[in-house]
Amino acid sequence: MTNEAQIEVKNLTIGYGDFVLLKDISYRVNKGDVFIIMGGSGCGKSSMLRVLTGLVPPQKGTIIIDGMDFTRAEPSVRSDIMQRCGILYQSGALFSSMTLAENIALPLQQYTSYSEREINELVSLKLALVGLAGFEEFYPSEISGGMKKRAGLARALALDPEIVYFDEPSAGLDPVSSKLLDDLILDINHNLGTTIVIVTHELSSIFAVGSNSIFLDGETKSIQGYDNPRELLKNPPNEKVRNFLTRGGSEHA
Amino acid sequence: METKLKYLITGDGVLELELAGDYLKYDDEKVIRELYAATESSRVRGVRVTAARLRRWDSTLLVILFNLEKIARRRKLKVQMEQIPDGLKQMLVLAFAVDRKPAGEKTESIGFFEKVGNWGIKIVSGTRKGCSFLVGAGASFGRLLKGKAVMRRVDFLFALEDCGYKALPIVSLISFMVGLILAFVGAVQLKTFGAEIYVASLVTIGMTRIMGAVMTGIIMAGRTGASYAATIGTMQVNEEIDALKTMGVPVGDFLVLPRMTALVLTMPLLTMWSDFMGMLGGGFVGITMLGIPFQRYWELSVEAISLGNFLVGVFHGFIFGIVIAVCGCYYGINCGRNADSVGVATTKAVVSAIVWMIVMTGIITVICEVLGI
Repeated sequence: MTNEAQIEVKNLTIGYGDFVLLKDISYRVNKGDVFIIMGGSGCGKSSMLRVLTGLVPPQKGTIIIDGMDFTRAEPSVRSDIMQRCGILYQSGALFSSMTLAENIALPLQQYTSYSEREINELVSLKLALVGLAGFEEFYPSEISGGMKKRAGLARALALDPEIVYFDEPSAGLDPVSSKLLDDLILDINHNLGTTIVIVTHELSSIFAVGSNSIFLDGETKSIQGYDNPRELLKNPPNEKVRNFLTRGGSEHA
Repeated sequence: METKLKYLITGDGVLELELAGDYLKYDDEKVIRELYAATESSRVRGVRVTAARLRRWDSTLLVILFNLEKIARRRKLKVQMEQIPDGLKQMLVLAFAVDRKPAGEKTESIGFFEKVGNWGIKIVSGTRKGCSFLVGAGASFGRLLKGKAVMRRVDFLFALEDCGYKALPIVSLISFMVGLILAFVGAVQLKTFGAEIYVASLVTIGMTRIMGAVMTGIIMAGRTGASYAATIGTMQVNEEIDALKTMGVPVGDFLVLPRMTALVLTMPLLTMWSDFMGMLGGGFVGITMLGIPFQRYWELSVEAISLGNFLVGVFHGFIFGIVIAVCGCYYGINCGRNADSVGVATTKAVVSAIVWMIVMTGIITVICEVLGI
């Protein structure tokens, strides 16, 4: 973990139409962080991710990725930045008409000039890294939910991204698969130095992997906590954060 | 055990309700209304519920107590609950523990002018969206011609198979039947003048000029246009379109182009096939019902075919191909994010494809009239 910023969010306001979801949000994600964006249901965490990944423009504010303004970037610069980011969607978002191999090959075909043989080898490697060696020719409908997420992760990792975003990685997974995915996230972070941004409300994951975090609050539309999640649990800055991290006070540190 | 609600109002104005026995699926509407009315009466200054002999109960009893307490709270009456089972008591506490209130009225009624205004804004933004989609589709097509489009060959071939030979049986059947109906209806009228021999030209001209294309268009809008909207809409729901966008893959190239190209290529061919099948259907009536010899019917039909009519029909097919593919893909891509919106997208795709096909038919007919074709 360094002190070099990978993502800087400055005075971001997010909303749809007249409706403001989050107001004036600023934080930074350092290189090599496992950064958690947490908060209650409906607080705008998923919208935050949609803005961070460029799917929805913010109402106000700037996102700077690697020193480049992402919000107002030219299409070519934007595509340049997007190549450095991988995203694992909640459902895996694999293309159902394509095999796992074709899914993972797609970003490689899009952005690299590798030969077919090189792409095939890379695809097999990425699948093996997420524990799905030998599943190249399977279709998404033929594998389980946990495997879909791992295949989605393999696709997110296809281009060796500097940042990987995760949208609720443990949603819909049993505790064991969820733990496996957490371990995988830490492995990627430790061994490849990839910056990880996770949107989640799963406490076990938050404490297991998070090195820094923000707590978003839908009522005040602001950040209510900004620290390592274990620190936040030890010294909660306010009642909301304490309630969230202790399941409404029923669990103690 | 048959149970009734028993209550009385004491001299000092306390409504006493005694619960005894079983209250399962309790729905004595009359007594319940009377109880509420009694609680509302100005004589009552307090409520006491005793349940020492209450045995079994379900939500119907809970509702009565919940409403009773609501009235009492509104009228600021004192409520005493005696010997109430713990479960029932807890459920009441839970029902009154308001966690979050709705922020405001859910459906605000808006005035007429605002409604008209919203409608106008919707039309303008819809038109703008539609136009930018068309421009995007055109740009994708341009990239395809330059060989730079991100389109997988297998997607294109799959789409070609789906709207090509797999569509043949249904197009054949419907076109045959339409030819048959045209001939039959025509024959009944023409017979009165002894001119049934013209059935052959009627069917041939009708099918080649317009009916072949229109029938194929309607079949393909329901069959393929709907499937495009549903497939792409489901991809939207599954975040697959988000994944494509964030991967930097142009959605137009990847999803719209293979489908549109396939449909634009197959529609004129299907139209020709439909013309042929319609003529066969007409022939069936002509030969079996009107007793025209096959050889004669065939000659008359071939005589009636004119290159102009035939090409106008095929051109209709080509335009309908674009219309169906654009409507299907557009509504698929602009689909909402739940299962319901996939249904809405599919309906809109089919309806608008049919409407636009009729509009295009009108425009083409006017142009042909002007050009004298």
